[in-house]
Amino acid sequence: MENIRLAFQGIWGHKMRSFLTMLGIIIGIASIITIVSTIKGTNEQIKENLIGSGSNVVTVSLYQDDWEYDMTYSPLPEGVRVIEDSLRDTLNRLSGVEEVSFFTRRYWSDFVSAGANRFSGETYGIDSAFFRVNGYQVTYGRDFDQRDYDGFRKVAIVDKKAAAALFGTELPIGKVLEIKGEPFTVVGVAEQTSTFEPAISSYSDYYMYADTSAGAIFLPSAVWPMVFYFDEPQSVAVKATSTDTMTRAGQAVADILNESQLISAGTVTDEESGDDITSSGNYTGAFSYRSQDLLQQAQQLQEMSSSTNQQLIWIASISLLVGGIGVMNIMLVSVTERTSEIGLKKALGAKKKRIRRQFLTEAAVLTSLGGIIGVVLGIIFAHLISASNGVPVAIDIPATIISVVFSMAIGIVFGMLPAVKAANLNPIEALRRE
Amino acid sequence: MIIQLENVCKDYTQGREPVHVLHDICMTVEQGAYIAIMGPSGSGKTTLMNLLGCLDVPTSGSYSLEGKDIGTLSDDELADIRNQSIGFVFQNFHLLPKMTALDNVALPLLYRGIPLKDRRTRAEAALKLMGLGDRMDFFPNQLSGGQQQRVAIARAIVGSPRLLLADEPTGALDTASGVQIMDIFRRLSQRGITIIMITHELGIAQCADKIYHILDGRLHTNGPDQSPGKEASYEEA
Repeated sequence: MENIRLAFQGIWGHKMRSFLTMLGIIIGIASIITIVSTIKGTNEQIKENLIGSGSNVVTVSLYQDDWEYDMTYSPLPEGVRVIEDSLRDTLNRLSGVEEVSFFTRRYWSDFVSAGANRFSGETYGIDSAFFRVNGYQVTYGRDFDQRDYDGFRKVAIVDKKAAAALFGTELPIGKVLEIKGEPFTVVGVAEQTSTFEPAISSYSDYYMYADTSAGAIFLPSAVWPMVFYFDEPQSVAVKATSTDTMTRAGQAVADILNESQLISAGTVTDEESGDDITSSGNYTGAFSYRSQDLLQQAQQLQEMSSSTNQQLIWIASISLLVGGIGVMNIMLVSVTERTSEIGLKKALGAKKKRIRRQFLTEAAVLTSLGGIIGVVLGIIFAHLISASNGVPVAIDIPATIISVVFSMAIGIVFGMLPAVKAANLNPIEALRRE
Repeated sequence: MIIQLENVCKDYTQGREPVHVLHDICMTVEQGAYIAIMGPSGSGKTTLMNLLGCLDVPTSGSYSLEGKDIGTLSDDELADIRNQSIGFVFQNFHLLPKMTALDNVALPLLYRGIPLKDRRTRAEAALKLMGLGDRMDFFPNQLSGGQQQRVAIARAIVGSPRLLLADEPTGALDTASGVQIMDIFRRLSQRGITIIMITHELGIAQCADKIYHILDGRLHTNGPDQSPGKEASYEEA
């Protein structure tokens, strides 16, 4: 306690010198904090953008080679079975899986209209689990019920954007929309409650998310064949029990689908094809189910941004090393200057340990102070950078604590030599000097 | 008997040649004695003082202080002895400039592990004894030389040591202040504290009960008024 007070006294007594000594530490820590905060901000933005706000849903869909198989303009995939409903229980029992939903999808729905209004969003053929799994809630009208599925009723649920596109400001319940000429009655409006709201902070983000915001129309899976293919292989939405199990759950579901749904290549199915299919597809690649693991993609992006910045941290560390040497230098000067004080203290009965600790404390207080100033400056810099280029700032609390502790450690390491030198001074020699 | 020196020698190696600073010093000091050691510069009196003050250990011979053989003790044990048994008064006071008089006086008690409040109380008492009750919060540079030396004496006696070692205590003071310091030493001596004082001023030395002379590293036990001629000889040297 006494030492800390003395240390502050010493530092305050030589304000200019102490500040210059701390400068290396301040610059080093400030750069590290700035870099770490920016990395963390970028990472959180990536994660936020790609994963949304933690709905924990992984989509497992059919791929041909490395491309998601799009049935808008392509024929039914050969050798891929429709998922039987009996598989549902198997998948739901997988560890890490909360619930699965089977669905079919068109990304681009220029075949939907209501009067003169056209719609360009997504159209889904869904089972009764879909809304639950994907975090939708029916806010107006009603959800699909069992009779809709059993009775092949031509009903539809729209989301707000689809409703606005097709019906303007009018309440869509009871209205009719046409899909490829077939009339469907709108029975409800659904909204995603665990909303995916990307943080749009640049033009590229804007274009990235602009397409997904065109809205969605949902049909009971039973009526899907009336307007699209019969026996169209579905995609699976997997709700994982937690963000951590997302990757594992998605992969497990994809594995089972690959095992059970894909008929070995070469076997041609004789299933009924849709109207305008030419079974001689001009592209023949291997089919597989893959999980669109957003978390994994996010992690890859994060690693990419982190690894470049990690090199910056190493460079900043050199500044800390230089700062440490500066501290050692000044402490050595200080020991020489205070030879007489040290001699007196030894004559009065101060033991080596006490002298050593006094100088170590002084070095540690000096560098910790530098560390704290560095952290504050680093946070300010991070905000300035954020203000200029729009990358969000996320102050990493552990990193700031580690920084201060680390700078204290630098003080102790580089203060050791001067402190030992002070402790080993011969009191007679020391007293003789004035 | 508080101090017993038997055939104490002290050598320093300076370059290749060993320098014999003290030769066969034998000396016994009774508890409560008031002794002055006189000698010209280079005679070895400061080296003797450092040995007596346990800042240094003899090259050969033995030194026992309060029955303890100093030559066998470790650095830390010596520090404890300096802290508890010895009070130092220096020619240049050696007060820490950034501490108040009170904190300076309390410093030795810190090394003894005494809590702050007790340190303050005892330091206050010591300062009052030195007639500085109204100067406790002054910094050394706000005090006169005589006052600074009294603060130093307060620091020397605050831990109630048995032995007070003074190295030229009046060397940096004017005559009036010197007289004041000698009065204080006399009072302390009457309280039973053993005082050993180094000086080269005969007038100051004569305040003590017994005077030793040191010349070329050898100690001579002459009374203060038995060797005036010798006195003059090294006054010239």
